[in-house]
Amino acid sequence: MTNRKSSISTRSSVRFGGDLVFEYSVMGVATLTLVLVWLLVVRMVFDAQESIERFGFRFLTNDVWDPNRDIYGALPFVFGTLSTTAIAVLIGVPLSVGIAIYLSELAPIWLKGPLSFLVELLAAVPSVIYGLWAMYALRPWMVGSVEPFFKNFLGWTPFFEGNSVGLDKFTAGIILAIMIIPTIASVSKEALMAVPDSQREAALSLGATRYETTRIAVLSYARSGIFGACILGLGRAIGETMAVTMTIGNANSISWSLLDPGQTMASLIANNWGEAQGLQLSALIEIGLVLFVVALLINVIARLMVGRFMRRVPATGGGL
Amino acid sequence: MPHKGGTPWLLVIGAVAAVAIIVAAAFATGLVSLGESKESVALTGAGATFPMPLILKWADEYYNKTDNSVKVNYGGGGSGAGITQIKDKNVDFAGTDAPLSATDSTTYGLVHIPETLGAVVVAYNEPSLQDLRLDGSTLARIFMKNITTWNDPAIAALNPGVALPTNSITTVVRSDSSGTTFVFSGYLAVVSTEFAESYGQGKSVSWPSAIGANGNPGVTQTIKTTSHSIGYIELAYAIANDVSFAELKNHDGNFVNASLETTSAAASSATLPAGDGDWSQVSVLDAPGANAYPIASFTYLLIYKELYNDESKMNKTAARALLDFLWWCVHTEGQSYAPSMYYAELPASVVAINEATIDSITYNGQTLR
Repeated sequence: MTNRKSSISTRSSVRFGGDLVFEYSVMGVATLTLVLVWLLVVRMVFDAQESIERFGFRFLTNDVWDPNRDIYGALPFVFGTLSTTAIAVLIGVPLSVGIAIYLSELAPIWLKGPLSFLVELLAAVPSVIYGLWAMYALRPWMVGSVEPFFKNFLGWTPFFEGNSVGLDKFTAGIILAIMIIPTIASVSKEALMAVPDSQREAALSLGATRYETTRIAVLSYARSGIFGACILGLGRAIGETMAVTMTIGNANSISWSLLDPGQTMASLIANNWGEAQGLQLSALIEIGLVLFVVALLINVIARLMVGRFMRRVPATGGGL
Repeated sequence: MPHKGGTPWLLVIGAVAAVAIIVAAAFATGLVSLGESKESVALTGAGATFPMPLILKWADEYYNKTDNSVKVNYGGGGSGAGITQIKDKNVDFAGTDAPLSATDSTTYGLVHIPETLGAVVVAYNEPSLQDLRLDGSTLARIFMKNITTWNDPAIAALNPGVALPTNSITTVVRSDSSGTTFVFSGYLAVVSTEFAESYGQGKSVSWPSAIGANGNPGVTQTIKTTSHSIGYIELAYAIANDVSFAELKNHDGNFVNASLETTSAAASSATLPAGDGDWSQVSVLDAPGANAYPIASFTYLLIYKELYNDESKMNKTAARALLDFLWWCVHTEGQSYAPSMYYAELPASVVAINEATIDSITYNGQTLR
């Protein structure tokens, strides 16, 4: 690693005009991302000023959203976003990683191409299409089979209480899971395919089974790539608006039962933006700011978790 | 020899084509016009989506009626957006379902022109029920979740002899803020003090554990696909989508079905201010009258009392065209388009007030009509 780096810097000590232009233009594009994020935050803080001054920190702990009395709190929507995202990740990640492993390690050549193509195609379907499909196809199935099943077996927990109407956090979580699968699966597949064959050969030559080879030699080598894929999927789940609005039931209240309607931060903004004025508008912008911070925090926590995980398990060549 | 007859014909055709092009160009650039010369005018409006289909229909018919000289554009966007845009003088008129506050109308010098009436119906999907009768306080208790099952004694008392199911009631509401919610919650606040104190009238209300859906189409769809549900939608959507809706007990104690006639009846007894007065207290909710449907509401067009101003740069022709258009809309010809699109016609008393309002509008201090 160090050898390669020093060789590059020696070479680049002789600089040509074209190289400089290239370096600075690429740097400019990269800086633009930072500037965009910065402008976004500044603008949101500025526009949310009225709400920030009025409610202060209570905005995050208040569970009332009542435009009639001009009282606004973000808690139900933070709750809604976190719970639907959790369902989506719990269901979506194992499925996606499974798909990726099959595609890169096990699938016969004739199946690999078409299947990968289909998975990537699913990633390009607009979210309103997923939403419509969820309303007309997924929802009846949830009401008819899935929710009664969970009520029967887990009805004693607080998570599956109450009336099942099909427009609730559970349905929204499932449609989110379906939406993040193509993203996570196709990016994970690329990470797995990038694992050099020498890894697999080494494990097999030591007498490892196919499962052991995949687990020890392939997965651990590609884990940072798979993790990056999961972060991408997580980001889509946190910010998804259209499909969630159409399935979550849009109720501004907190309830532990997944069978009760809820509301996410993104769906709240989409629902109320059109007619919002004054303090409500400011509060909606502050919701946008909270969404931004929550997404950032989840990313940071996830990265810290994976950092610890990477250190604990000695790499089988991943640090090459 | 074959060219002998051909060449003159080609010349004739070429000449005719050249003349046609010149004439067309002259018309297009306005050098020549047939009959009296008319300046074409474009008027722009924005705001409430509830009356939008009717306003677009009016714009279309009026464009034909004026030989394509007056073009009216209406952008929708919601009542709130309409009010903001007319305050900023970006539009010539705005549509709103909720009247302006008294201070807003005087500060900005805007007048109210109620152009049609709408009704909100209580739609339900309870397969075992053919008919349903409700009164205001029961309805308020259903939406406050004080009544949670269809066979509640309060509902049973209003529907004697009807076998009510034991299922729990799912309430369906608007998830976006809307004039429909404003009207419906306004009615509940009039008939139930408990609702007025805990929730109150507003474009969006913090309903307890209800399913929220976007727009009238969303709520209609959700009610149709959710058994044992009840919700509120505009009359037009209920009729168009064949959804059952409840008969409501009105102020006089009669059970009334929502229709265009019962909606107009609700407005006929209303006492209304002058166009430039304070409309914020105007309400035809729970209006008296044997045949008055209780959840009815005006929807308004807002225009400036003095149409001349520096920012909008509206000229006198456009100002006159705007008033002529509005005059046409609120009278027989414009109103005749309303019933077929499920809007109620204005009662004569309201038309008279609109006439006075439109006649009082000035341009640079002068009345125009």
